[in-house]
Amino acid sequence: MSVLLQVKNLRTTFPSASGPMPVVDDISFDLARGEVLALVGESGSGKSMTALSILRLVPKPGKVSSGSVLLAGEDLLRLPVTEMRRVRGARIAMIFQEPMTSLNPVVAVGAQVMEAIQLHDPINKVDARSRARALFAEVGIPDPEARLDAYPHHLSGGLKQRVMIAMALSMRPEILIADEPTTALDVTVQAQILTLLRNLQRERGTAILLITHDLGIVNELADRVAVMYAGRLVEVAERKALLSNPLHPYTQGLLKSIPSRTPAGERLPEIPGVVPSPDQWPTGCRFSTRCPLCFEPCETIQPEEIEDSAGRRVWCHEVERSMDAESSS
Amino acid sequence: MMGLEAHVFSNAVTVVLLVGAGVLVAVVRRQRLWREAAHQLWDRRKLAIIVVGLYLGVALLDSIAWKGGIPEDVLDVLPNAPLTLIDRIFLGTKEASYSAPFADVEFYGAAPLRQPGSHLLGTDILGRDVFYLALKGARVALLIGGLTSLIAIPLALLFGVGAGYFGGRFDDFVFFLISTLASMPGLLLLIALIMAMGRDTLSVCVALGVTSWVGFCRLSRAETLKLRELDFVSAARALGVPEIRIVIRHILPNLAHLIVITFVLMFSGLVLSEVVLSWLGIGVDGSWGQMIDGARNELSREPVIWWNIAAAGSALFVLILAVNIVGDGIRDVLDPRMQKGSP
Amino acid sequence: MGAYVIRRLLYGVGVVLGVLFLLFILFFTVTKPDDIARRALGEKAPPEVIEQWKVNHGYDRDLWPWQDWNDNLLFDHYRRMLTFDFGLSDADDSPIMDRIKAGMGPSLALTVPLLVFGLLLAIPLSLLVAFFRETYIDRMGVFLCVLAMSVSMLLYIIGAQFLIGKILRWYPISGFDPSLLMLPRFLAMPIMVGLIGGVGGDVRFYRTVFLEESSRDFVRTARAKGASESRIMTRHILRNALIPILTNVVLAIPFLFTGALLLEAFFGIPGLGSITVDAIAANDFSTLRTMVFIGSLLLIVGQIVTDLCYGLVDPRVRLE
Repeated sequence: MSVLLQVKNLRTTFPSASGPMPVVDDISFDLARGEVLALVGESGSGKSMTALSILRLVPKPGKVSSGSVLLAGEDLLRLPVTEMRRVRGARIAMIFQEPMTSLNPVVAVGAQVMEAIQLHDPINKVDARSRARALFAEVGIPDPEARLDAYPHHLSGGLKQRVMIAMALSMRPEILIADEPTTALDVTVQAQILTLLRNLQRERGTAILLITHDLGIVNELADRVAVMYAGRLVEVAERKALLSNPLHPYTQGLLKSIPSRTPAGERLPEIPGVVPSPDQWPTGCRFSTRCPLCFEPCETIQPEEIEDSAGRRVWCHEVERSMDAESSS
Repeated sequence: MMGLEAHVFSNAVTVVLLVGAGVLVAVVRRQRLWREAAHQLWDRRKLAIIVVGLYLGVALLDSIAWKGGIPEDVLDVLPNAPLTLIDRIFLGTKEASYSAPFADVEFYGAAPLRQPGSHLLGTDILGRDVFYLALKGARVALLIGGLTSLIAIPLALLFGVGAGYFGGRFDDFVFFLISTLASMPGLLLLIALIMAMGRDTLSVCVALGVTSWVGFCRLSRAETLKLRELDFVSAARALGVPEIRIVIRHILPNLAHLIVITFVLMFSGLVLSEVVLSWLGIGVDGSWGQMIDGARNELSREPVIWWNIAAAGSALFVLILAVNIVGDGIRDVLDPRMQKGSP
Repeated sequence: MGAYVIRRLLYGVGVVLGVLFLLFILFFTVTKPDDIARRALGEKAPPEVIEQWKVNHGYDRDLWPWQDWNDNLLFDHYRRMLTFDFGLSDADDSPIMDRIKAGMGPSLALTVPLLVFGLLLAIPLSLLVAFFRETYIDRMGVFLCVLAMSVSMLLYIIGAQFLIGKILRWYPISGFDPSLLMLPRFLAMPIMVGLIGGVGGDVRFYRTVFLEESSRDFVRTARAKGASESRIMTRHILRNALIPILTNVVLAIPFLFTGALLLEAFFGIPGLGSITVDAIAANDFSTLRTMVFIGSLLLIVGQIVTDLCYGLVDPRVRLE
């Protein structure tokens, strides 16, 4: 699989009383053509901001302060805005968490999908409309012709999200960024949307950057997983490897705390403490305040990236120490 | 009020207001939300707050009056009239007629003044010091804005919260009442009320109150409807808390920020309305509006007499501007705080 | 939608009846007809003259229906107001309807351009300021608006008259000539002053509306689709902002009526506002009563029109 998107040392900052705060702090990862990469983390870990930074949609007063985002070699962060607009919606598309508010309430949903098409493809309204109708059918919206003229408030949450997906995939983008696409939906509808995404991804070969906090979704959809904590990556690995053998203490803690993995009657393990706010970040590893394996260098020295033979990347002093011990033994 | 002399009443009210303000400060200091909001406001809008404070100070000084203590050589005041602190500062400064700021002689005819060069803003047609008149207008303006708001806001809360919380027939009635009152152009209704009730200060304040309460009534009704559906209200009900107590302990505190914002923003609207009323001849005595109305014609004289209207107009403008700025500041500080729940 | 329209109209009728009742209370019970008569005729007028005057002006009946079902002031008041039979002025005995007919033209000539130009001025300005949010332009703009809002309309008028009329002598200070040619000359100043006085508040309000709509999620979606900022502003934000803007426009209608009051009186334009101002000075209750009724009627009609327009602009309303 060839590499499609390369995020290198991405840093996005927000101004604060004590200077610019990097909510996305030196993030680097690749996304290969056709693969599904899940970006996992708690609220406030910076995963949504990472996604927005790629498309340069970071809300003011935040801004992307350094790094590069290479799409087939071209740095998106250096493009003039008019060029960037051609990328948005056509080569990289995004769907958001709240379908309720993400659609314009006073415009028919068909027109909104047609807008996505006509912004990039100079076809006439009739053709755009038939394409929109076909898209509606493809994403599983029943009675697509009638639905074209419906308004968002006429549709259920699941249908709205299907409209968003139709809108996003209308120009056959190479990458779809999905920011918690099912979080706001009922559980049964979640499953339907996930199935839809999986099928579309297989049929069209679209790469997906999936932002989520739900490990169940990761298991269903992801090929690779990147775990974020307090603005930094802590572990990046193949899905199976990560879920069966997590290396980073944070990932281990996350997996342990999944209810289905704990036998009935036993106390559910939790990671003690809370995610530190930006003004409380330690100078070293940001997880050190809550890490059960924390030892001397952790609080003061940032762990370096360790890459193993399988391509897994971890940032942890303890993992480094045990790997050194292994290789020397 | 019956048989109580006006100035004694005014003194008493001033004391009550001061005590009330003290109580309010004590209460606010104990609550982190308000304390932090107050600090933030002070940081952002120092100048405007100081200006409003100055006006308040002047108004207070003008609210404390007592009789007697008038020197013998002052002729233009009755010996036993109650005079305020401001009055006493400017006692004996009355001239015969117009004079320009800092002038030594009268404007028309150049007769020498009794206190040459001492009138900062000149004197009016009756020889009264214009600076003195402008200062006296502060109390009137604060009375109009403050007293009327104190009438309008509780009224609006009573009807609005009651309608929103208890619903049913009462809500229908209140909604109809609001719709009816809101369908009458404010100024016209105001005029009609004053013509009907009389032109004294209290009637004007009541009339202003009646015409201003509708907006906040609608707002508090809408907010109460929202608050009523929140979980903590259902929880209180489930615990058997009496409805009145829910309203007082749970609903009202959540409206407090709106009350503060509305109070400040209503203030400037009321004072500006009074200016129009003064021009129509139904304003409050001693207000800047009356000064402006009286001075209007002076602008067409040759040479122009401008200091009267300039003084009143500036005093009015500066207060309204300061109040607007502080009001915006309060809204910026309180609203996001209440929406997002924490700094 | 049809049921909605009918319900709205019925409610409007109910409000009109409510307004009339309120007026009745104010004008007939709070101030007694006897007092009105005395104010018109003088304190020393003999009782027969007062009685005759009351008969002429229709005040000689019992007030309430329970006093005399067939002939009471309440029903009479309702009947006359609803049939636009306004009677005679308490001050000079002239037919009120005639004065109203004469005054409508000049008033409209002033208020309609004021409303239209006001919108044409305020909306682009506020779009501009909202477009440059958080920048120097935005902050300056807001501060200027607050500044402009803090000045009393009276001062604007006096200042303008003084400056332009007396010193610069560009336009006549006051007066009115209905001929099409001369109209703009006499309306120029009041319209200009009216615009300057009102633009501050309008721009600030519209700016807030535009900013609120700008931060909505669907704007982010539009950006993610690759729409340009200007397209987002016009196609997405403006359409959603129309709803609160529409409300504001209608709420502004009574202020046209009253702002026109000041402007007409100061600039000598013989419109409805002038009539009202004269009525106040002359303690002319019947004219005042009528003017309040007309003003309310205009406002109620305006509110109904807005509510119905909502149905056109906001698809969410149509369901109800």
